[in-house]
Amino acid sequence: MPINYYIILSFVLFSIGIAGVLVRRNTIIIFMCIELMLNAVNLLLVAFSKMHYAIANHAGASNHATVGTEGQLFVFFIMVVAAAEVSIGLAIIVMMYRNVHSVDANFLNRLKN
Amino acid sequence: MSATHFLFWFLSALAVFSALMVLISKNPVHSVLWLIAVFFAISGHYILMNAQFLAIVNIIVYAGAIMVLFLFVIMLMNLGKETEPRKNIWMKIAGAIAAGSLLMILVSLIGQATEMSHRNMMMKEGEIGLIKNLGKVLFTQYVVPFEITSILFLSAMVGAVVIGKKD
Repeated sequence: MPINYYIILSFVLFSIGIAGVLVRRNTIIIFMCIELMLNAVNLLLVAFSKMHYAIANHAGASNHATVGTEGQLFVFFIMVVAAAEVSIGLAIIVMMYRNVHSVDANFLNRLKN
Repeated sequence: MSATHFLFWFLSALAVFSALMVLISKNPVHSVLWLIAVFFAISGHYILMNAQFLAIVNIIVYAGAIMVLFLFVIMLMNLGKETEPRKNIWMKIAGAIAAGSLLMILVSLIGQATEMSHRNMMMKEGEIGLIKNLGKVLFTQYVVPFEITSILFLSAMVGAVVIGKKD
């Protein structure tokens, strides 16, 4: 499976996430599109780790059994950080809703006056 | 087309279609459900690449915990189709054009990267996705970031409780 297919799939998901952040005004949907972007990057990292493993196996390097694990461990840490970020982000959204009773992102513009 | 090729295209189409439906849905609950479909498609891709640990962790953490948290918050605030903020049609077109042009730039990068065109094959089977090999590297080489993530979780919990407190 050529690596370009996975790169393009990850780019498509990432740009759909960016379009969602730009277009939608509901802050919860914006947050969900940020998670979509993170997942697109995770997919690309795992694809690259497998590509690295395939190349090392082809070349017959000495450590060919564990050569691509860093990519997948980085994905694990990204998931950890995303989970922590979701909890804090949702706490902020709930607090904002409690104050202004709306989850509209443009509503916060009125805070500057 | 072999089975892996067919599965790849099917899962990719499912992921892209569900991601588009996340954007297009008016009801936020529907958006959350489409995002869960995206996570299942991406976990399917992980299983296809034999990254079994990440596939299971993706489903448990993302689709199982984070999306359920989103659903709780949406249901607590009683968001529905009627309370969705109105949106100018030109802003939607501008956002779609901006994301589309970014996608075109990124895809053209692929065409020009000649170094990627001969690093072409990627394995479907392999042992680095198994939890035994991942655990060996995680707990010997990367044990310090692993312990620091526990402190990260502690700080996230304390932060969430402090932010959510009514005073």
